[in-house]
Amino acid sequence: MSGDAGSCDSKDAAGISERRCGVGETVEQSGTVGGQSVSVGARIGRRGFLGRAVAGGASLLALGALGDRLAATVGANPAAAATDGTPSTVHQWAMVIDLRNCNGCKLCTQACQKAHFLHADQTWIDVFQMETSAGDTYFMPRPCMMCEDPPCVPVCPVSANIRTAEGLTLVDQSRCVGTRICMNSCPYQARYFNWSDPEPAPRQPFPQEPSWPVPQVKGTVGKCISCAAMLPSGQLPECVANCPMGVLYLGDLAFDVAVNGIGNVVKLSSFLAENDAVKFKESYGTNPRVFYIPGHGQDIDSD
Amino acid sequence: MTDAESSTGDEGVLSAEVDSRRQLWTTAMKPVVETPRWWWPAVLGLGAVVVLGLVAWAVQLADGLGAAGYNDGAFWSVYEADLVTFIGVSYGGAVVSAILRLTKARWRAPLTRIAEATALVTLPIGMLFIIPHLGSPTRVWELVWPPYWNLSSPILWDFFAVSTYLLATVVFFYLPLVPDLPVGAALLEHQHDRRAAFTRGLYRLLGSRWSGKAPQRRLLEGAIGLLAIMVIPLAVSVHSVLSFAFASSSRAGYSETIFPVYFVVAALYSGVALVIVTAAAARRLFGLKAYIHTKHFVRLGFILVAFGAAYLYLTFTEYLVDGYSNTSDLAAWVHQVLVGRYWIPFWFYFVAGGVLPLALMAWRRTRSVTGVVAGSSLVLVAMWVKRLVIVVPPATEPLVQRTLGPAGLSGGAWGTYHFTWVPIAITLAATAAIPLLLLVVFRFVPILPIDEMEQLVLEAEDVTTAARRAVPGLEPSNRPGAAGEPLFLPSTSTATASPPSGFLPAAPPPGAEGPPIGPLFNQMTVADPSDLDPNGPSRGTR
Ligand code: SF4
Ligand code: SF4
Repeated sequence: MSGDAGSCDSKDAAGISERRCGVGETVEQSGTVGGQSVSVGARIGRRGFLGRAVAGGASLLALGALGDRLAATVGANPAAAATDGTPSTVHQWAMVIDLRNCNGCKLCTQACQKAHFLHADQTWIDVFQMETSAGDTYFMPRPCMMCEDPPCVPVCPVSANIRTAEGLTLVDQSRCVGTRICMNSCPYQARYFNWSDPEPAPRQPFPQEPSWPVPQVKGTVGKCISCAAMLPSGQLPECVANCPMGVLYLGDLAFDVAVNGIGNVVKLSSFLAENDAVKFKESYGTNPRVFYIPGHGQDIDSD
Repeated sequence: MTDAESSTGDEGVLSAEVDSRRQLWTTAMKPVVETPRWWWPAVLGLGAVVVLGLVAWAVQLADGLGAAGYNDGAFWSVYEADLVTFIGVSYGGAVVSAILRLTKARWRAPLTRIAEATALVTLPIGMLFIIPHLGSPTRVWELVWPPYWNLSSPILWDFFAVSTYLLATVVFFYLPLVPDLPVGAALLEHQHDRRAAFTRGLYRLLGSRWSGKAPQRRLLEGAIGLLAIMVIPLAVSVHSVLSFAFASSSRAGYSETIFPVYFVVAALYSGVALVIVTAAAARRLFGLKAYIHTKHFVRLGFILVAFGAAYLYLTFTEYLVDGYSNTSDLAAWVHQVLVGRYWIPFWFYFVAGGVLPLALMAWRRTRSVTGVVAGSSLVLVAMWVKRLVIVVPPATEPLVQRTLGPAGLSGGAWGTYHFTWVPIAITLAATAAIPLLLLVVFRFVPILPIDEMEQLVLEAEDVTTAARRAVPGLEPSNRPGAAGEPLFLPSTSTATASPPSGFLPAAPPPGAEGPPIGPLFNQMTVADPSDLDPNGPSRGTR
């Protein structure tokens, strides 16, 4: 998509070229992801861009005061909060997905659907069968990337998408009116709509709220919540806990630690650095908090 | 439309059939006064289709959007295409009325009311598509609830843009109507049924302060001129912001810099097409042949194909550039549209909405009312299909599995939208609502802009006289049919007329503004009220 890494094209059998870059060429090296500041260099996020565009356009029209107000309003959204000045005592949730071990059993998907009473096609964590340019296949689980600059948040007309101080993007289903524009803007296809009545759910330990949207609400958008309501009590997300291969890790960027469902505890920053972790579709400027560890010679679309 | 273009056609407006001012009044008011035999069957038939759409919507409300064929692999589809299409066709009003007004194309006069009414009717229908589009339509009001506003959302700005445009459209419909209201009320004076009384009351209410005196007229002209200027950027903003709702994504086929222009041109294209079809239907049904001529259609047809060619060009550049870029997602999308699973609708647009209308206008034999109307009808259908081609493929794109494997260019699992009867019924209902509402509107307003048509005659005379005085070298006689000649009134009846103040029979005759025409008016209407009486001996329409 973006114009970087120009020299890493290859041709496939059909003669159609696609940009396929070696993992190390374009992606941010994993050493930079530990600690609190995950992004490297100054990024102008979508929000910042809009703010600047509005302010710039308005001042061009000699409406400086209005522009400032607009820019201030545009900037004053929870999404802007996370990267700058978050206190270190707050968890900064992340996830590591070790693709080397995934066997495509989809137990994570099933556990998630069971816990959240989802329809069979609401695969909040989906396991995609991917293909390398060499023709090999591998499996790639995809939950919500919990983007640091989530494109799904600013587009919602009724502010139903929220980004918490702990770095989770959540949907307020009591606010969502179902325009589905967030499904359009998410580059990871991580959002699922409730096209019909949700699966009936028994009484839940938590009230229906953004951090535990169970049961789902007809006519609203749902997606992986990183099991937000379970995290404070030290429980692992359902998918992490139920992965028999230990593929999925829950991580915390603030405390630099990650743990998977079979009891491995790793130091997050060095684990990512040592294994050349990548983020999915980095060039989209979403800055995901899900890190993939490749290992099959695959080319994750990290550019 | 160049000046020469617009002036050469004025003889087209001149017609032997139109021999009096009274004929203009009676023709314009005829749909208000008389109920044609087909009116009720037409209204009931169209109403039935609307009711069917409401039933479909009730089903969708109960079962969820899944009943309309939506799924996570196709999250946007027919309602979004409908939203764009129906708001788009309202642009015809803005173009024909505002642009032709601003370019002083005098031939527009008999068409403006029809064009403005079309915009007035289609815009709310288009806006209503937000309701079936929403997942939770019962909370549609939250979209307009300030505490929830998210100023960075394109949908919110859609709302701002469309509602401003709606306001402008309503005012733009009303202002040119004001001078007609006293005339209409006077013409309804001798009607005694309840509807005529109601309409008369309405006219009196909405046009009560209109005296037709010069200061009022200057004010009105200024306001209409200002609004005509404002309506154009407003219309442009509506479809631009609408396109941002699609473009604010990273999907191939949505995230396009061409989108705002693409959407605006498409809207103008289909809008002009709708004005043509509406004008043809109105001309036929309400006997406007004396005022709306082949030339009107041919000229509108030229405007149509100008937009059509521009749209074809934009489509070409879009697919060429994206296809050439050959990045996996763009290539897969272009492939799917041109030769993949969406090839039928795309090439249908290309033939029916791109090439055929151009061909119909290019060939002299088909450059007729039938040809232009046929082309426009094709455009209306093809542009709806084209909107589906714009909306659906990117919404069904696989974003995670994007590799070019043995599965071919389709790469990964594309989603599929399956039409069900629900969106078809709702779309048909909205389509039927356009003629239905137009029939209702023309039950209550004069179908021709009486005052505008009269003013243009007078203005033309004034301009010529003034120009002759101001520029000694100017020879109006060099331009056949130019300003000096009346538009549709024989010079005998208007030679003495000046700005007609006081249309109302009761209004005082104007003083310094020239020879009064009020008495003439009184004489004409009061003398033979049976002319307008549906039960009168001279007409047997009942
Ligand atoms: S992955 Fe999609 S849904 Fe999740 S935060 Fe990012 S943009 Fe939003
Ligand atoms: S973190 Fe929770 S909600 Fe997200 S995919 Fe895993 S189980 Fe589902």
